[in-house]
Amino acid sequence: MIELREVSRIFNVGGQEVRAMDRISLTIELGEYLSIMGPSGSGKSTLLNILGLLDTPNSGTYLLEGINVTSLSDNQLAATRSRKIGFIFQFFHLIPRLTAQQNIELPLLLAGVPSKERQARSTRLIEAFGLAARSNHRPDELSGGQRQRVAIARAVINEPAVLLADEPTGNLDRHSGAEIVELMEGLNSKGLTLVVVTHDPEIGRRARRQVRVVDGQIAADSLRGASHAAP
Amino acid sequence: MRPLDTIGFAMHSLGSNRVRTLLMLLAMSIGVASVVLLTGIGNGARLYIVDQFASLGTNLVIVIPGRTETASNTPATLVGETPRDLTLGDARALMRGDTVRRLTPVNIGELSIAWRGKERQVPLIGSTSQILEIHHLTMERGVFLPDEDMEIARPVCVIGAKVYRELFGTQNALGEMVRLGGFRCRVIGILGSEGRSLGLDTEELVIVPVAFAQMLLNTEGLFRILIEAKDLDVLDRLKKHISSTIAKRHYGEEDVTIITQDSVLATFDKIFRVLTLTVAGIAGISLVVAGILIMNVMLMAVAQRTAEIGLCKALGASQLQIMLLVVTEALLLSTIGGLIGMTLGFAGSWLVVQFYPTLQTTPPPWAIAAALGTALGTGFIFSLLPARRAARLDPIQALAKH
Ligand SMILES: Nc1ncnc2c1ncn2[C@@H]1O[C@H](COP(=O)(O)OP(=O)(O)O)[C@@H](O)[C@H]1O
Ligand SMILES: [Mg+2]
Repeated sequence: MIELREVSRIFNVGGQEVRAMDRISLTIELGEYLSIMGPSGSGKSTLLNILGLLDTPNSGTYLLEGINVTSLSDNQLAATRSRKIGFIFQFFHLIPRLTAQQNIELPLLLAGVPSKERQARSTRLIEAFGLAARSNHRPDELSGGQRQRVAIARAVINEPAVLLADEPTGNLDRHSGAEIVELMEGLNSKGLTLVVVTHDPEIGRRARRQVRVVDGQIAADSLRGASHAAP
Repeated sequence: MRPLDTIGFAMHSLGSNRVRTLLMLLAMSIGVASVVLLTGIGNGARLYIVDQFASLGTNLVIVIPGRTETASNTPATLVGETPRDLTLGDARALMRGDTVRRLTPVNIGELSIAWRGKERQVPLIGSTSQILEIHHLTMERGVFLPDEDMEIARPVCVIGAKVYRELFGTQNALGEMVRLGGFRCRVIGILGSEGRSLGLDTEELVIVPVAFAQMLLNTEGLFRILIEAKDLDVLDRLKKHISSTIAKRHYGEEDVTIITQDSVLATFDKIFRVLTLTVAGIAGISLVVAGILIMNVMLMAVAQRTAEIGLCKALGASQLQIMLLVVTEALLLSTIGGLIGMTLGFAGSWLVVQFYPTLQTTPPPWAIAAALGTALGTGFIFSLLPARRAARLDPIQALAKH
């Protein structure tokens, strides 16, 4: 479903080249559960941003569902993000003046879905995610765990093909973090492809497939239980 | 994104920052209000002037003896020969034209009027019954000059209100004989106190039939002939009629000057239109200032909401959508500000009318359209820069700015 071929992302920092992604090749199948770990600054976020079409590679090819997305225009990328990608961030990134329900509906609003349908779909998610009592609250009235649940609901309301999470538990206590991971795993068990970037080995180890990134390169790519080095 | 949703989202974001919103609304509405009010006042002044001229009769043509154009260096003027008089015969001849609605010859002079030992000097006008309509005179009591042939020197007079008071006090004047110069004449009417005629205060006037005035003043000539055209469109034909008739009667010499009011009026009209435009332009500057304020505040708003904009992009908003959101906010501000400003402007115009009823300060429709158009235009133009900046935000960096 996702195929990266020799993808590089190079930043220019004060005249110096920083290879945040150095010829990374990676294939992710539909419905997979994959964690990405590695030291800080190793290029995990960059990889996730490329996967999520928020960033474009300097070289290499990215095929998403067989389509070469490296040659898409800005607007096509936006449309593809809207339909295929769900994003979760460490800092939730909810809009403070909107209620939980309005935040969840935001992708549908941007996609031009009529208000009746928006409400029906967001209400279903709110109930499934145990947020019914909080739907009219603003983010600052919610706990961290609740905020991240709102963010997950927002990420999946468009029924994307893949859910990308960048340190989703980084700002949560252990208990809420576990809850969030379980929620995402539940979605994965229903067929949603799930990619989680984390520096928490306990969470990383839960994924069926674990990728280790070091210095912009894949250092290890192993299935749970077994272990083998990258090609 | 649906248009209504876009507006709703923009409204929501405006509502979440009230101080900023109110500030921009204030700037916008003051700009629009001043355009509406100032053009209203300018237009009122123009209408007032036009109206003043109209009361003189815009389709009035005045024929005075002698050429006044400097261009006419004919031998006659060089020799210093006095021009031929205008006569009652000329007036009668001019009356035969299908472009003439009313015509009256006029003579003017000063005479003493006396009744029972009281005497005073008064300006005298010799004319016909037609001058009543031509100069919009009113009658207080009695009747005006009889409608009869202009050559009949009937010894009657119509006197001004002040002349009546000074000679008769509160006694009856109608039917009384007064002495005008060396002649006796019967008072048949008293003029209303309104208005001026030939630059003279009607209160102090004495009006007599023109032929009688010629007797009193001992002259064959006329001071001028007033002609009212059927309407403004035939003014040029009327002028030709006058020139050719006079030329025929004065042995080929067009030795009269024809004055029309429309040219003077047109000049004033133009001056005041330009003035109104200028004032509107000055007021328009305040709109541009409002626009710059909107731009600055929108730039600030975009900077404040970097994360929000980045998020929307990450969630699949296109650059165009982001631009549209920012521009919609600005347009909402300028529309609402414009409507408030219009209300204020009209309220201001209404107030001016209360204090100066003669100044009909209705803002012209074009000014309203221009003010609203400029408000929307500045809102649009000055929001483009912030909108573009927002649309080009890199979502990753925007989201990183926590
Ligand atoms: N926008 C950027 N400009 C310059 N350098 C960047 C940018 N984003 C990331 N980097 C650099 O790329 C490398 C990888 O960053 P990142 O992917 O954020 O690492 P991680 O998420 O694993 O901590 C780091 O050295 C970082 O400084
Ligand atoms: Mg990172």
